Amino acid sequence: MANPAETPSYYIPHSGWYPVWLAASMFVMLVGLGSYLNALKTDEGGSLLFFYVGFAGLSVVLYQWFAKVISENQVGLVSGQLKKSYVWGMGWFIFSEVMFFAAFFGALFYVRNFVMTWMGGDGGKALTGDYLYPEFDNTWPVITNPDPSVFAGPKESMAPPPLSQWGGYLPFWNTAILLTSSITVHFAHTGLKNDNRKSFITWLAVTVVLGVIFLGLQAEEYIEAYAHLGLTLDSGIYGSTFFILTGFHGFHVTLGTFMLLIALIRAIKGHFSHEDCFGFEATSWYWHFVDVVWLGLFIFVYLF
Amino acid sequence: MSAVIEEHHDDHDHGPAKGLARWLFTTNHKDIGTMYLWFSFLMFLIGGTMALIIRAELFQPGLQFVQPEFFNQMTTNHGLIMVFGAIMPAFVGLANWLIPMMVGAPDMALPRMNNLSFWILPFAFGLLISTLFMEGGGPNFGWTFYAPLSTTYAPDTVTFFIFGVHMMGASSIMGSINIIATILNMRAPGMTFMRMPLFVWTWLITAYLLIAVMPVLAGAVTMMLFDIHFGTSFFSAAGGGDPVMFQHIFWFFGHPEVYIMILPAFGIVSAIIPTFARKPLFGYDSMVYATASIAFLSFIVWAHHMFTVGMPLAGQLFFMYSTMLIAVPTGVKVFNWVATMWKGSMTFETPMLFAIAFVILFTMGGFSGLMLAITPADYQYHDTYFVVAHFHYVLVPGALFSIIAAVYYWLPKWCGRMYDETLGKTHFWLSFIGVNVTFFPQHFSGLAGMPRRIPDYALAFADFNMISSVGAFIFGFSQLFFLYVLIKTITSGRPATAQVWDGAKGLEWTIASPAPYHSFTTPPVVTLENNPH
Repeated sequence: MANPAETPSYYIPHSGWYPVWLAASMFVMLVGLGSYLNALKTDEGGSLLFFYVGFAGLSVVLYQWFAKVISENQVGLVSGQLKKSYVWGMGWFIFSEVMFFAAFFGALFYVRNFVMTWMGGDGGKALTGDYLYPEFDNTWPVITNPDPSVFAGPKESMAPPPLSQWGGYLPFWNTAILLTSSITVHFAHTGLKNDNRKSFITWLAVTVVLGVIFLGLQAEEYIEAYAHLGLTLDSGIYGSTFFILTGFHGFHVTLGTFMLLIALIRAIKGHFSHEDCFGFEATSWYWHFVDVVWLGLFIFVYLF
Repeated sequence: MSAVIEEHHDDHDHGPAKGLARWLFTTNHKDIGTMYLWFSFLMFLIGGTMALIIRAELFQPGLQFVQPEFFNQMTTNHGLIMVFGAIMPAFVGLANWLIPMMVGAPDMALPRMNNLSFWILPFAFGLLISTLFMEGGGPNFGWTFYAPLSTTYAPDTVTFFIFGVHMMGASSIMGSINIIATILNMRAPGMTFMRMPLFVWTWLITAYLLIAVMPVLAGAVTMMLFDIHFGTSFFSAAGGGDPVMFQHIFWFFGHPEVYIMILPAFGIVSAIIPTFARKPLFGYDSMVYATASIAFLSFIVWAHHMFTVGMPLAGQLFFMYSTMLIAVPTGVKVFNWVATMWKGSMTFETPMLFAIAFVILFTMGGFSGLMLAITPADYQYHDTYFVVAHFHYVLVPGALFSIIAAVYYWLPKWCGRMYDETLGKTHFWLSFIGVNVTFFPQHFSGLAGMPRRIPDYALAFADFNMISSVGAFIFGFSQLFFLYVLIKTITSGRPATAQVWDGAKGLEWTIASPAPYHSFTTPPVVTLENNPH
């Protein structure tokens, strides 16, 4: 493999079928999902066939595309300058993800600062609450919704118990696990930088395991919420913000764990060296990003 | 550095592939730019047809041609298609064609993703437009899709609308990442930041805005999707949500979006005016800083779109003052364009005519924007035709004129042929007259109280509406004339020189016309001679 720093070229790939196929698969997948959701509202019920077909197409093309990029790097086509483009690309992609979560955090803050205050009959727009739902009290987490006949509230929320009982508080353990996983992925990186293959692979494997445990606990928490707490998507604004924030975060952890798993497989195959490891580094940045989002979630969704 | 082009063993000419495969599979920034531009032109004609259906219905009071339900679908889809399908892809197409040539790069930084960004669009708009033919009709809640119109009261096709928006957003984000990576990483040696052409600068900042706000739009439509299908209550007061919150989230996206549609226009005009005034751009540095200031301010003015929903007084005051602040950097820009023309050796070829019309008419749109920024006055203007007149003045003789100007200006470089100056000027004057006849009377009907988005209106507004409809048909058919001019140029225009315009500076003018399939396989040397700044 050529040393990237000495390759004086910017590689422009020849034309290929991946992008069009990806766009078409995405189209089939989303049309399938949309038709299914619309059919659910009728008596007939829907089928997810097209969604699966599109998803399969998407998976195939992504596998081929990434495999192609990896093989291009292995034959030395990817120069240092192109790698810089990858770095910019991943960095700005993560920024776009930050803004995606910002929309949901923004909704949460708006609801708690303005909507709850006004609906509770305080502040500059207190009349709104007095007029619409005079019975409603501004408390967070919201157990009794403004109109309980339309949106029955949850029986319990995810609010934390006293500190002495945090041993049984799942989100606390999830926080500990995810923070630890950020450290272990950093250990893996350090191992790679020191050309310590064993340490690299071991710590990466530990990170994957931690990611899976986190997801397992999150699933446990959701089951608990639905089965025992009455906390559901349709239990009013507390459930709405809780599930959209933790749900999209969990989706990103799933994606991140999958990426880490791929990185682990590639590490075992010996794809990474200490000066050529963008695939792994990008994954670790993504992992740190989902970790930081979780901290925001733990503080603003669970604790306060 | 030299670009390496992957070769097939049996194919060494580095030229484009043959037939349809060239367009489906291409990784070439020029091919992709061309596809973006033709796609946006097609969308422009479709969105324009919807506009003409609207104007035909409004030609006289009473219901003539369409039912109110269909009329609502027309206003909604006209807005969506023009914003997301015509203006934005046209600017991305120009970015694709021009930025690699302007910064001396071999291509865009991430060529495959570039192709993906484009090919998502036909699928996304196919999906959006197909909803018009589905049971229940297409989106009918206005291009701003306020909840609960777009949730509780929406037609079923809103689901496809939501996924369409997700796809457009993905396309925009990937396109923007590509543009930023190209500008930050692919500049030729010597092309420092403060020597970049303003089109490159404005696109750098636009791409940043896009990456910052398209995900917020994705979040907004996702919350809609959950409210509609999964029982959440983000925008329902009964569950503790708030429909006004939708408007805040939407406009947090929507206001930067407005600048996304005008900043690249500033870059285009800043390229054209110096060429035909034969003077360097006045105040280059201040142009860069003004663009950055406008981008920053765009994040803190969003609620001026919703003064009448019942915001606290402090909020209304804050958003009024922050909005008015935007007039300062915008004024800097207009001043610089005028100062560039001052005592220049001006000639008035078609691109220059469109650019000057841009400066004058965009400024008028800016002034009516200042009027709308005044909170108490906005109570009167809100949701009237005055707003319609305002944003059409900044979008049609603003954004759209700049795109047309750019096409006339760079078309000789793209296809190697000159357009016919008489035909170009004819197109300009038809458009200029058409656009003013269409939109100027709408200021008056709006101030007199005519609401927007209605298929019928009081008799008092009849004259202004009739004039407006006549103008709209003049303007609409002038764009078919534009299509004719374009085809005539591409097929039988006289050959263009490499320099094309005697006053033009910039790396794109140093290569042949038409630009070779791969420009700058070795990076050019940037000098004061070949670079304007």
